[in-house]
Amino acid sequence: MSTNQTQIVGQSIQRKEGRDKVTGAMRYVDDLLFPEMWFGATVRSPIARGRIRSIEFTGNLPWHEFTIVTAKDISGQNCTALILDDQPCLADKFVNHAEEPVVLLAHPDKYLLEEARRAVKIDIEPLPALFTMDDALNQTEIIWGDDNVFKTFLVEKGNVDDVWASADFIVEGEYETGAQEQLYIEPNGMIAMANADDGVTVWGSLQCPYYVHKALLKLFGLPPDKVRVIQAATGGGFGGKEEYPSMIAGHAALLAWKAGKPVKLIYDRAEDMAATTKRHPSRTRHRTAVNKDGKLLAMDIEFVIDGGAYATLSSVVLSRGTIHAAGPYACDNVRVRSKAVATNHPPHGAFRGFGAPQSIFALERHLNKVAATVGLRPEELRRRNFLHEGQTTATGQVIREKLDLDGLLTRALELSDYHAKKERFAEHNATNATQKKGIGFATFLHGAGFTGSGERFLESVVGIEATATGNVCILVASTEIGQGTNTILSQIAAEALRLDYEMIELAQPDTANVPNSGPTVASRTCMIVGKLVESAALGLKQTLVQSGLLTDDYSLDEWRQACAIYIAEHGALKSFSKYEAPPNIFWNDETYQGDAYGAYAWAVYVAEVTVNLVTYETRVDDFVALQEVGKVINPVLAAGQIEGGVAQAIGYALYENVVWDNGTMRNNQMTNYIMPTSEDLPPIRVFFEENPYTYGPSGAKGIGELPMDGPAPAILNAIESAIGVRVNCIPLLPETLMKVMNA
Amino acid sequence: MRAYLPAYDLQTPANLAEALRLLADAPGVWKPFAGGTDLMVLLEAGKLAHKQFISLWHLPELRGISITDDSITLGAMTTYSQVQTHPILQREFPLLCQAASWTGSVAIQNRGTIGGNIANASPAADSLPALLVYEAELELVSARGARWVSYQSFHTGYKQMAMRSDELIKAIRLPRTTNQWIQHSRKVGTRKAQAISKVCIAALAKIENNTIHDIRLAFGSVAPGPLRCVQTEAVLKSRAIDDATIKDARSALAAELTPIDDIRSTAEYRLRVAGNLLAEFLAGNGIDFHSDR
Ligand SMILES: Cc1cc2nc3c(=O)[nH]c(=O)nc-3n(C[C@H](O)[C@H](O)[C@H](O)COP(=O)(O)OP(=O)(O)OC[C@H]3O[C@@H](n4cnc5c(N)ncnc54)[C@H](O)[C@@H]3O)c2cc1C
Repeated sequence: MSTNQTQIVGQSIQRKEGRDKVTGAMRYVDDLLFPEMWFGATVRSPIARGRIRSIEFTGNLPWHEFTIVTAKDISGQNCTALILDDQPCLADKFVNHAEEPVVLLAHPDKYLLEEARRAVKIDIEPLPALFTMDDALNQTEIIWGDDNVFKTFLVEKGNVDDVWASADFIVEGEYETGAQEQLYIEPNGMIAMANADDGVTVWGSLQCPYYVHKALLKLFGLPPDKVRVIQAATGGGFGGKEEYPSMIAGHAALLAWKAGKPVKLIYDRAEDMAATTKRHPSRTRHRTAVNKDGKLLAMDIEFVIDGGAYATLSSVVLSRGTIHAAGPYACDNVRVRSKAVATNHPPHGAFRGFGAPQSIFALERHLNKVAATVGLRPEELRRRNFLHEGQTTATGQVIREKLDLDGLLTRALELSDYHAKKERFAEHNATNATQKKGIGFATFLHGAGFTGSGERFLESVVGIEATATGNVCILVASTEIGQGTNTILSQIAAEALRLDYEMIELAQPDTANVPNSGPTVASRTCMIVGKLVESAALGLKQTLVQSGLLTDDYSLDEWRQACAIYIAEHGALKSFSKYEAPPNIFWNDETYQGDAYGAYAWAVYVAEVTVNLVTYETRVDDFVALQEVGKVINPVLAAGQIEGGVAQAIGYALYENVVWDNGTMRNNQMTNYIMPTSEDLPPIRVFFEENPYTYGPSGAKGIGELPMDGPAPAILNAIESAIGVRVNCIPLLPETLMKVMNA
Repeated sequence: MRAYLPAYDLQTPANLAEALRLLADAPGVWKPFAGGTDLMVLLEAGKLAHKQFISLWHLPELRGISITDDSITLGAMTTYSQVQTHPILQREFPLLCQAASWTGSVAIQNRGTIGGNIANASPAADSLPALLVYEAELELVSARGARWVSYQSFHTGYKQMAMRSDELIKAIRLPRTTNQWIQHSRKVGTRKAQAISKVCIAALAKIENNTIHDIRLAFGSVAPGPLRCVQTEAVLKSRAIDDATIKDARSALAAELTPIDDIRSTAEYRLRVAGNLLAEFLAGNGIDFHSDR
C-alpha cells in the first residue's frame, strides 16, 4: 500500500499522544516514582527586599533526618543561568522579591516536610522596595544595576520630530496592562538524581531542555556530558515553563546531590502562582501625528515593562514588544523608545505573546482614538494606513509577501456582521437603560521565530532516523506541551517522505539523545523546527536515492526495503539538518533595523460585547478570529490554538487581576484569581486564510502566540462602542468600569 | 496537600446518638464534617486549625426532605443536587433552588450541604439570603435534646452563631406561606460559574396595583453575615413603586449595609451594585425602569 497520493499536511489527524492524555495513561512528572525517592520543598522569602540575618530551624522536628540546602551548598556558580546570570539559584545574603527561594529541604515523608517548611524561620532585615514602574524609573531606590533598567531599545524610522509642526492633529494616549498568571493545567515539577560519579539527571515539566541543561552546567560546574535533562509529559507551558524550570531543576538536583537520593520537587498551585513567572505589566504612551485624511505621519511610542527583581528574559520580551508596537501599518516616521525596569516583584517572564500583547493593546486602542479625532470610522483609518507589499515596517523590513490586510479586514467584518450589528446596537442602546451592546475589532501581526538575529545565533539542529522496518523517528529538543508539536512534526515528516503518519514517532526530548533544536517558544516550532524536520526528512530520502536503493517515485514497501538494506550495510540511517537563514534576511542589532522576523502571521479579530449597567459586568457575546498563517498543517489543532489563545486573552482583558500586597500575590488560588470558565466565554469562531510562506514547512508560519495579541484591544474597543466611555487599562474589572462610569 | 495528615482524626459514629455523645463528652474537641467542601479547602492549604472531626455523611437522621401542609423540612445533610431536583422546592422555593444551582459546580453540588453552608457561616454563602427571606427555622440537637430556633437570629457576628459546641444542625424548616409572593434572586459573582458572590440578593414581595404590600429582602457579601434588611423593608412597605420610592429604598439600604474591601471586590462596588439589584427588582415589578430584563 502506498500513501503517495494522500496529503497528510492540512489534515486534522489525531494527536500523537491524545489517547494517552484522555485515558489518563500519560505519565507526568508527579506520576513518576523512583526507588528510595525523597520529596523536596522550598522555603521562600516572606518579604520583598532585605538582608538575611539568620535562618532558624524551630519546632520539635527531627531536623537531623532532613537534607537542608542553602546557598553555601552550591559547588558551581550560584545563578539560574539565562541571559545575564544575575538571578541566584538560592538567595544568599539578600532577597530581592517575595517568594525568593532561600532554603531547600528534603525528607522521605512529604507530610512532615510541610511541617518542616513552616518551621524554618528566615529572619530578614527589611530594605525599602520598589513596586511601580514609576518608582523604578524615578530611582526612588536603586535595586538593580546603576539605574534599575535591565534594557532599553530605540527603533527609529524617519524622524518624528520633523512632523509635529505640520500635522493636522496630534493625538496622545496612555495605556496599561496588568500581570497575568500562566495557569497551565499541570503545576511545575522536577525529579533529580545527582552524584559525583554519574553527574546530574533531571526529569521534569518543561519547555526547553537545553536551557535547563545550560543552567545545571553552571550551577554544578560540570562538563556537558555529566548533565542530562529529560522532558516528562508536560501539562501546558505558555512560556511559564521556559525559564523557571531551570531554577526548580537546580533545586531538585542540589537536594538530590546532598541527600544521595532521588528527590522529587513538585509545586502545588498556590506555590506555583505565588512564586513563578507572570506576564510583564506594561505602560505605553503614544503620540501620533495624523493628517486630515487619516494618514499616519508620525508615531512616537514609549513602552515600559516591569521585569521584576531579576533580568531573566525581560530584554527579549521587551524586544518583541518594541518591534510589534507600531503594528501592521506603514508610517514614514516612527520612534519607539522602550525600557524594561526592575521592581521587587517576583521576576516576570515569558508568556505567550512575549511583549506583543502589551504593545499591541496600546496601539489598537490608540488608533480608535486617532480615528475618532480625525472623524473617521476605525476601519477606515486602518485601511488608509495598512502595510502593503513593498512597504516597510517600523524596523525598515520590506514586506516581500503578498499581503492583503484590506481583504482580511473586509472578510472579518463580514464574518462578524459588523456593520449591520453596529446599526442594530445603536438602536438597542438608545432604548435599553441597563444593557449596552457594542462591537469592536483589532488588526495586528505576530512575527514567528526568534527576533532579529536570534535564529542565526541559535543554529538549531534537527535529526531524523529511520529503522530497519522503515519507521522514522524525529530527534528534536522541541517539546510537546499540549500545543501539538508531536503531531504536526510527524505530519511534516510523513508528508516530506510520503509515508504513513503512523510510521513517524518522536524521540523523548532527552539532552543525551536529541540535538538542540532550540527552545519551544516564540511561535517557532512549526515554522523553524518544522522546516528543519522537512529538510532532514528529505535528507534521509536523498541518502537512499543516492545509494541507488530508491527511486524518486516509491511505494511504502520499496521504502521499507531500502531502509532495511541500507541499515544492514551501514548500521544506521540518520540525517541532520541545521538552521540557515533564508536569503535576504538581515538584522542589525546595533541600529535595531532590518528583518525582525522571517515571517508574520496577520489577523483581524472582532469582539461583540454586552455591558450590564446594573453590575458593570462585560460579557463577550461573540468572537470572530480571522488570520492568515501561511499553511495550516492541522486544522483542528490550529483552531484549538486560536480558541485557547482567545480564551486566555479574554481572561487577560476582563477577569484576571493579580492582587499585589507589597510584592506578594495575595490571590494565589483559582478561587480568587479569576480565570474565565467555559460559561464566561462566547462562541469563538476561527477562520484561516492561507498564503504559503516559502521558507516554512509546506508553507506554514507560526500561530501559537498570535491569538493572545488581538482580543484585549478588540474587546475594549467594543466596550467603548457600547458605552461611549474610553477605558485604557486591563484587566477591566466591573469595579473599575463602575468607577469610570460614575466619575 | 500542605496539611500534616497524621495530626488529623475523623470518626464515623454509627448513629446520631453516638455522634451527639462524642460532642457532649468532650465539648469543643470534635467538630462536624459534612460534605467537606469547605473543610477540605482549608485542609489542602494547611490552614485547617481544628484537628478532630466527626463525619455526618452516613447519618440517616440528618437526611431526607419531609413535607406537611404547612412546611417543608430538609435534613441538614441535604445536598445542593437534592435541593434542585425536588419538585416542591422547585415550585414553592425557587430562590433556594436557584442558589443551589449557582453553588460551585456539579461536583460541589453533589457533596456540599445546606447545613454546611449555614454552619460555615460565610457572609458570601449563596443559599443563606434565600433562607432568610423564607423565614426558615433550624432544629438544633444535642445529647441534651432538641430545640427549634429562628434562622433570623442565628448569625450573631462574623462566623458567630447561636449554637453550642455540643450541638448539630439537624434540620431546616421552611414555612409554606410565600407561594403567592413575587420571588427574585440574583448572584453577582466573580465569574459565571465556580464563583464566590461579590454581592447577591434574595427578595420576596407582595405587590398589587404597583403598591408594595409586603416585602422581604436579604443580601449576601455586604455585612459580617447574610443580612435581612428590615429597615429597607420598612421604608418600602405600603409604598407605590416609583422613582422616589426606589431612591428612598436605596438610601435606606446604604445605611443598613456594611460591606468591606476584600480580595474579590470593593465596598464601594458592593454598596452601589446592591442598590442597583434592589432597584432592578423593584423596577422589574413596577415602573418601566428598563425594557428588557
Ligand atoms: C470549588 C468550590 C466552590 C464553592 N462554591 C460555592 C458557592 O458558589 N456558593 C456557596 O455558598 N458556597 C460555595 N462553596 C462552599 C461550600 O461548598 C458550601 O459552603 C457548602 O454548603 C458546605 O457544605 P459541606 O457539607 O461541604 O460543609 P463542610 O465543609 O463539611 O462543613 C462546613 C462547616 O460547617 C460545619 N457543619 C457542617 N454540617 C454541620 C451540621 N449539620 N451542624 C453543625 N455544623 C455543621 C462544619 O463543622 C464546618 O465548620 C464552594 C466550595 C468549593 C470547594
